[in-house]
Amino acid sequence: PVPVADKRLMDVKLGELGSWLGGRDFTPNGIIAAVRRGHDRYYNKYINVKRGGIGGITMLLVGYVAISYLWEYDHISKKTYYSSMFCLCL
Amino acid sequence: MTVSLFDQFMSPTYLGIPLLALALTLPWIFFPSPTSRWLNNRLLTLQAWFINRFTQQILTPLSLGGHKWALILTSLMVFLITLNILGLLPYTFTPTTQLSLNLALAFPLWLATVLIGLRNQPTAALGHLLPEGTPTPLIPVLVIIETISLLIRPLALGVRLTANLTAGHLLMQLTSTAAFVLLSMMPAVAILTTILLFLLTLLEVAVAMIQAYVFVLLLSLYLQENV
Repeated sequence: PVPVADKRLMDVKLGELGSWLGGRDFTPNGIIAAVRRGHDRYYNKYINVKRGGIGGITMLLVGYVAISYLWEYDHISKKTYYSSMFCLCL
Repeated sequence: MTVSLFDQFMSPTYLGIPLLALALTLPWIFFPSPTSRWLNNRLLTLQAWFINRFTQQILTPLSLGGHKWALILTSLMVFLITLNILGLLPYTFTPTTQLSLNLALAFPLWLATVLIGLRNQPTAALGHLLPEGTPTPLIPVLVIIETISLLIRPLALGVRLTANLTAGHLLMQLTSTAAFVLLSMMPAVAILTTILLFLLTLLEVAVAMIQAYVFVLLLSLYLQENV
C-alpha cells in the first residue's frame, strides 16, 4: 500500500484529495521537479521517438497560442466589431 | 482607454506576469539538449545540422581569436530566429519589437568587440578609422566621419531589428483590418487585400529570418576587424 501523498493523481480517491494536496511538495525545488517530470513525459512521448513528426512541436505551438490568447483576453475584448481598431492581433 | 494601433506591442499582464516573460523563456523549450546517443530524434538531428552549418558559415572568415565567440554568436542567432518566427503566430508577443531588448543585445556585444580590438591591437583598431589611400587634406574630416560611423553601429544594429519587425507587424495588422472591413462592402477588393496579406505574411517570415541573420553577421564582421 502506497502512502496517499505519493500516489498519482488518477489513483487518488475523491475523499483523499485534501490529504494528497497537503502532502505534495510545493517548495521551489518541488515545483521545478514537477515541471521537469511533466516536460520529460511530453518529450519522451511525442518528440523523442523514432519517427517523431510535426505533431510534437505543433501541439506546443498551439498551446502557446492558446495561452497567449488567454493572457490578452482582457485587452482584446475591448475591441468591438464597429470600433475603428477592430482587427486580428499579431 | 483608447485602443491605439501600437497596443499590440505592449506586453499585457495577467496575474502580474507579463506575457513578455513567457515569450522570452519559450525558445528554451524548443531546443532540447543533445543526448549522448549515436542517433538522436529528428528534432535534435535537425537542430544539430542547423547549428553546425551556421557556426561553420559564421566562423569561416574569422581568425582564431574570434573562434571564442562561436557559442555566443550561434546561440544569439538561434534565439533571435526563434523569437522572430514565434512572433508571427496569432496572439503572440514578439519581444524583439521592443527597442530596449534589441539595444540591450547590441550595445554590450558591440562594445565588447571594440574593447577587444583596442586592447589587443590598438594600432590596427585605430587604423580602421582611416581608409587606405585617402588624399591628405581629407584625413581629419574622414577620421571624424569614421568615428561617428563607429559609434553609431550599436544604435543601427538595435534600431534595424526593431524597425523591421515592428513595421512588418504593423503592416500586417493594417492590411488585415482593411480586408476584414472590406469583406462586407466590396468583396472583390477584399479578396485582393487578402492576397496582399498572404504575400505580406510570406515576406514577414523571410524578414524574420533575415534580420536575425543580419544582426549576427554584422556583429561577426565587427569582430573580424578587431580580433
